[in-house]
Amino acid sequence: MKPLTINKKIIEIKIKPAKRFLNIDLKELWRFRELFYFLAWRDIKIRYKQTIIGIAWAVLQPFLTMVIFSIFFGRVVGISSGEIPYPIFVYSGLLFWNYFANSLSMASNSLIADQNIIQKVYFPKIIIPLASTLVFLLDFFFAFIILFGLMIYYHFPPNLAGILIIVPSLVITFFSFSGLSLFFSAVNVKYRDVRYALPFFIQLLIFLTPVIYPASILGKHQWLLYLNPMSGVIETVRAGLLGVGTINWLVFGFSGLLSILLFILGLLYFKRSERFFADVI
Amino acid sequence: MKKIIEVNNLSKSYKIGEKKESYYSLRDEMVKLAKKPIQWMQGERSSKKDFWALKDISFSVKEGEVLGIIGRNGAGKTTLLKVLSRITPPTKGGAIIRGRVNSLLEVGTGFHPELKGRENIYLNGAILGMTKKEIDSKFDEIVEFSEIEEFLDTPVKRYSSGMYVRLAFAVAAHLEPEILFVDEVLAVGDYKFQKKCLQKMNEVSQKGRTIFFVSHNMASVARLCDRAILLEEGKLIMEGPTSAVIEKYIGLREEMGARVNWENPAEAPGDASAKLKSVRIFSKNKESSSKLEISEDFYIELTYWNFVKGAKLLPCIRLVSNEGIIILTATNLPSVCSEPDSWYDRPAPKGLFRCLCKIPGNLLREGYYFVNIVVKDLAGGIDSYAHVYEDQVISFEIVDRKSIYKERNNALIGAVQPRVGWKTECQKEI
Repeated sequence: MKPLTINKKIIEIKIKPAKRFLNIDLKELWRFRELFYFLAWRDIKIRYKQTIIGIAWAVLQPFLTMVIFSIFFGRVVGISSGEIPYPIFVYSGLLFWNYFANSLSMASNSLIADQNIIQKVYFPKIIIPLASTLVFLLDFFFAFIILFGLMIYYHFPPNLAGILIIVPSLVITFFSFSGLSLFFSAVNVKYRDVRYALPFFIQLLIFLTPVIYPASILGKHQWLLYLNPMSGVIETVRAGLLGVGTINWLVFGFSGLLSILLFILGLLYFKRSERFFADVI
Repeated sequence: MKKIIEVNNLSKSYKIGEKKESYYSLRDEMVKLAKKPIQWMQGERSSKKDFWALKDISFSVKEGEVLGIIGRNGAGKTTLLKVLSRITPPTKGGAIIRGRVNSLLEVGTGFHPELKGRENIYLNGAILGMTKKEIDSKFDEIVEFSEIEEFLDTPVKRYSSGMYVRLAFAVAAHLEPEILFVDEVLAVGDYKFQKKCLQKMNEVSQKGRTIFFVSHNMASVARLCDRAILLEEGKLIMEGPTSAVIEKYIGLREEMGARVNWENPAEAPGDASAKLKSVRIFSKNKESSSKLEISEDFYIELTYWNFVKGAKLLPCIRLVSNEGIIILTATNLPSVCSEPDSWYDRPAPKGLFRCLCKIPGNLLREGYYFVNIVVKDLAGGIDSYAHVYEDQVISFEIVDRKSIYKERNNALIGAVQPRVGWKTECQKEI
């Protein structure tokens, strides 16, 4: 038998009735980082189980959407995308939109999907919704390759300096869907009918985001769109990466602030309900 | 030795109703909210009541101790484990735990059917709190323990339930926490494997770990635990050496006794069509007794009221073992009786009926049994709705005072032990 691997430090755990105030134990989260990794790994593994179909699916979904949107909104309706070819215009929006929407809907159902684990083992529950979205970041990178393909096809060179804008854009996207899904996943634990309503609202939300049309289409009312942080992200990415127009840093900064606010609110609600998940789920 | 777990006045309450509904819906909640002012005006108050699953539990555990937790279903054993493993918070009181905890409320938590055996070892290990390094280093041991080496690269959805449990338990058995909470997880798997797991747990406890062990199986509690606590309706009613606590537990259940009688039909189990009146168990000498000799026949007498003229009732007596396994169902179906019963499938007048059922000796093994009573309506078929459905009406014990082979008998495996015909002959000497 191998010798015991007992931690030198004595961990002392105090069990007390649930408190109302917020306490986030970052040290504990760090201790559970491997569980985060394994849960994310599980989801990725299952999604890409059959490698070829798995990756193809990550690419096919935005690609087909782009084709259909290009035909109907680009050709039939004739939405103007300025100097950018419409397929590239809509695909660049879809890239971020899909990352946002898929993560949001997956993470919102994640606690229910893993209720079995919640009832049987202790760990910081926040790991579950956050880990479930990692797979879509991977999807994002696969789908991103297609964007370059499109650019080559349409002889539309990217603005190389603008590539840098992708990183903060992903961060804002992450904070936005994380905040929302922390809230909805916790609500979902208690009210199981929310999961049926949510996909519908996510579907509607795409029309309130400048994915298929430019924000400028709304003229002086376009500030309304920017109440949705994804609007700022998508507009900024188009300006930065495709090099058409200039980046509105005010809008981008506002989106960033908004996403952090969403994250904090979602986290507060999540932490407040977390301790009772095992009783209600 | 130092106290590794200290529990002080731990209490946990649920709102009644909270656990009953399988889930809430936001829609229902909105309807309720809308109704509330109306109900309030009508003077109705919320009917929710607190149900104390645990009430003022205090005890402590020293380092290296193996503590058994016993009590009947619903006594709060699992809730206690859940609170101590931080899955759910207490309502009042608290506890201090000094050390790394692993809880095993179930084996195979988080197994994913699509993933291979190999992948599930890692996933399950991580969920149970192992680090990747630990799993890596124990991987071969786990595989060997599970005895399913050749299926490691098969998705677990293709596993038989036996293989599934083996793999799940193999991972769990290799946890190395300082404190281990184990719920009734040994109830699964075949006997040989169960034994292997118990052995493994014994090994673990000998290495100085503190173990909490919940089980219905008195034999394994007695074997594994130095000390035990007894829970009854959420309260700790006894703490002490395992054997004494087990005796107390059995004593509590024996109060249930060898006979029960409902004088007032209104209070008796059953519905408007039929009600139970009495159940009694007695030996062949006609004395009511809850201790019965293994080799002797014994009788169970059952009386019930029939309130519907012309009903064809099918009374059933079920014998349930200490571990909760239904050993047999006795009834008056002609195919399972030694002699046909004249009231089988015959329209009955309203009135009181008495059934006498003889259970042959040399059938049950030594141990504790419970009697469940079910009275069905034959008109609806065997699977039909039951008028009476009452669990654990009486209890009894089968003892073996006479046999000189007692020790050897008990070493055999099985739910029943009838005398069988057996003849060996030597066909050829070589």
